[in-house]
Amino acid sequence: MAKKDAKSKSAPVIKKHGSSVAAEPTANAISLFQELGTSMKISFNSYISETKDNQKLRLIDAFLVFLVCLGIWQFLFCLLVGTFPFNAFLGGFIATVAQFVLTVSLRLQTLDTNKTVFKGITPERALGDYIFASLALHFVVLHFIN
Amino acid sequence: MLLLTLIFVSVSFAAVSSRLFSVIRFESIIHEFDPWFNFRATKHLVNTSFYEFLNWFDDKTWYPLGRVTGGTLYPGLMVTSSVIYHILKFVGLPVDIRNICVLLAPAFSSITSLAMYLLTLEVTSTTPTLKHKKTAALFSAFLMGITPGYISRSVAGSYDNEAIAITLLLVTFFLWVKSVNTGSIFYGALTAMFYFYMVSAWGGYVFITNIIPLHVFILLLMGRFDYKIYTSYCTWYALGTLMSMQIPFVGFLPIRSNDHMAAFGVFGLLQLVLLVSYLKDTLSPTKFVRLMFALGAVVAIVGISGLVLATKMGWIAPWTGRFYSLWDTNYAKVHIPIIASVSEHQPTPWSSFFFDLNFMIWLFPVGVYFCFQELSNPAVFVIVYSVLGSYFAGVMVRLMLTLAPIVCVCAGITLGRLFNIYLDVKEELSSWGNNKKSQDSLFTLLSKMVVSATFVFYLVFYVQHCTWVTSNAYSSPSVVLASRNPDGSQLLIDDYREAYYWLRMNTPEDAKVMAWWDYGYQIGGMADRTTFVDNNTWNNTHIATVGRAMATSEDKAEVIMRQLDVDYVLVIFGGLIGYSGDDINKFLWMVRIAEGIWPEEISERNYFTDRGAYRVDDLATDAMKNSLMYKLSFYRFGDVYNGLDPVDRVRQQKLSSGYAKSITLDVMEEAFTSENWIVRIYKLKNRDNFGRDLIDIGKKDRKQQSKRTKRMLSRKKPTMELRV
Repeated sequence: MAKKDAKSKSAPVIKKHGSSVAAEPTANAISLFQELGTSMKISFNSYISETKDNQKLRLIDAFLVFLVCLGIWQFLFCLLVGTFPFNAFLGGFIATVAQFVLTVSLRLQTLDTNKTVFKGITPERALGDYIFASLALHFVVLHFIN
Repeated sequence: MLLLTLIFVSVSFAAVSSRLFSVIRFESIIHEFDPWFNFRATKHLVNTSFYEFLNWFDDKTWYPLGRVTGGTLYPGLMVTSSVIYHILKFVGLPVDIRNICVLLAPAFSSITSLAMYLLTLEVTSTTPTLKHKKTAALFSAFLMGITPGYISRSVAGSYDNEAIAITLLLVTFFLWVKSVNTGSIFYGALTAMFYFYMVSAWGGYVFITNIIPLHVFILLLMGRFDYKIYTSYCTWYALGTLMSMQIPFVGFLPIRSNDHMAAFGVFGLLQLVLLVSYLKDTLSPTKFVRLMFALGAVVAIVGISGLVLATKMGWIAPWTGRFYSLWDTNYAKVHIPIIASVSEHQPTPWSSFFFDLNFMIWLFPVGVYFCFQELSNPAVFVIVYSVLGSYFAGVMVRLMLTLAPIVCVCAGITLGRLFNIYLDVKEELSSWGNNKKSQDSLFTLLSKMVVSATFVFYLVFYVQHCTWVTSNAYSSPSVVLASRNPDGSQLLIDDYREAYYWLRMNTPEDAKVMAWWDYGYQIGGMADRTTFVDNNTWNNTHIATVGRAMATSEDKAEVIMRQLDVDYVLVIFGGLIGYSGDDINKFLWMVRIAEGIWPEEISERNYFTDRGAYRVDDLATDAMKNSLMYKLSFYRFGDVYNGLDPVDRVRQQKLSSGYAKSITLDVMEEAFTSENWIVRIYKLKNRDNFGRDLIDIGKKDRKQQSKRTKRMLSRKKPTMELRV
């Protein structure tokens, strides 16, 4: 089923668990941490094994990681410098977020295991839709950045 | 297919022709108040360029301030009609822009019924019990075509934002349901595009922004998450939010305002849910459950506290008054009189539900029940929409408009199922033909026929009801007042245009006209003169200033009017012919709005008699008698009655003739009074050449006239201060 980019997505999860640990500081917390570590390991291993023979998925995931990095970087820059041309910041940031979301959607649609979910959408059709939506997105972003 | 086309042709024919009552009876003009501004803006767009239109600074409204029109309107309506105008011109049919504006709503209503057909078809596409899918959809298209709830906002001449907004609402919802059904990115992107078009057309887009996330959220709670929901929602949200920010009036609202936070929250939630659903597949159940609980708790706490914190810190704007008043129904009355003063913002009575929706109002719950019975993702959408829509329609009269579509969908589903069962007589007919158990099948056939006939009767009655309601209630242009003579012939009262045309022809082009805000757009549209306040009530203080000038005594009003640079004052007075929507009846709202800002000067209590009655005759309070509005309305009112006691036919109060004569005006002079005294226009006198106070001059004149008989003169040393 859905194989998410484990590396990019698990980072915020860790952070959030940190805060929950602070809320309830018992032995429970330690076990939660351990559990998290093991489950991350399991997920990561299964991810590696599943995408081993599918170069397309790896490509998509690499792109996703790149988008996340780009978004984080833009956000950090915004925090450091300030939000003066707010539309430019939003344009850039939303472009990465939207592209990320679209790519995840493409990834979901092209997976073999999801064929029963997306009836009537072939991988080619999914790619065409993806291109259409991305073109629309980029047009709007260029318009917004001014 | 031929039948389908035929049905559509006739439905759109019915939809268009039932909206033409007012054009055929009266003439092809714009009705009401708001459409006059839209019409004026459209003319501006057609006469100049699109670029000019977007950067239009309108210096003929809100006089000292002006209005940045390009940034404070929803341009969708104007752009749509100008596109139609240019296309028709290109094709070789040069049609006047006025006619396009008048007939835009009927034209779009036929598209609405098409969109309604598609929406219902999409909603019922997964329902197993509906054998003939198209019946329900066709019924709802037909119902939508002529329902008075929608016609009331889309008759010919009502060139308002709702004219195209409902069409776009339905198209957006159709595409949304379609994209939830298929999970296609393409339909998600199309939803976003029509959402953008909707945002550009109507402020009610917030309804969509909240109903789609709510739909998704409820699907998540029901455990119906699948990847289709992820793809469709995320595509819609990412593209739609970015696109909606392109409208200058909306700006950064979608990320800053609390009205839009539900969509953002659900967007974030969906990412987590996707992650969790991935983990669920890879991890063992026990681990997963514990993880999920911890994660869910943290996310909920962080999300809610983040939202509250951000609102408190001012990063996100709190609910705007207009939307907040939907939750706290008393809020507007207490805090923002200007919202409460609009008659459309009142709660809906039961009768108007039946009046607007006829027999659909009791088919509606049945349709919702059917949706519950066969719970698919689109059915959940219908349920969510109908619950929200009914609540909002109950709170505010004008939101009946957003309820009407879903009522049509539900009624269509009900009728479709009903006729599917009761018109399915194949079995009976065949068995009857074979003469097997003919008695039984005959009775079944008969009962089926009776039920179908009943509902066919209801449908016929529905058509009659709709036609009657449209013809009698919703097809009167508010510009021309129609009444009937005793012999039944029609009498048209055309005072508004008479007066506005007088203004247009007989005043200097840069004359400034002060009137209550209701008439701002019409004065701008028909008289083409500069106004101070208008129906776009963006500056409450400015409106309160005008209300204060109307509500205070003449001398204080003169100061205000000189400061504002007023040339003419226009008041609506219905006392002579009994036109109840006049300014004296609206006067209390002026007082209330002014009181909100200058409570020490104006108090509502002063305008009521000691017994709490609102009187305009001899027993009126001093504050009432001295107010500018009162004087402007009743000035020379006694003259028409030739010495008899004048009667105010709206308030049903009799002024004594002597008192009516004593109403005088010193700082203004009557410039124009229309035939039936509905519109009265006054000109602010110039300052006295000798620097005397205008009121003093008036008093002296009157004194002299009365003294001519008495001959008295007093010589006294006047008490004056030192000259500095």
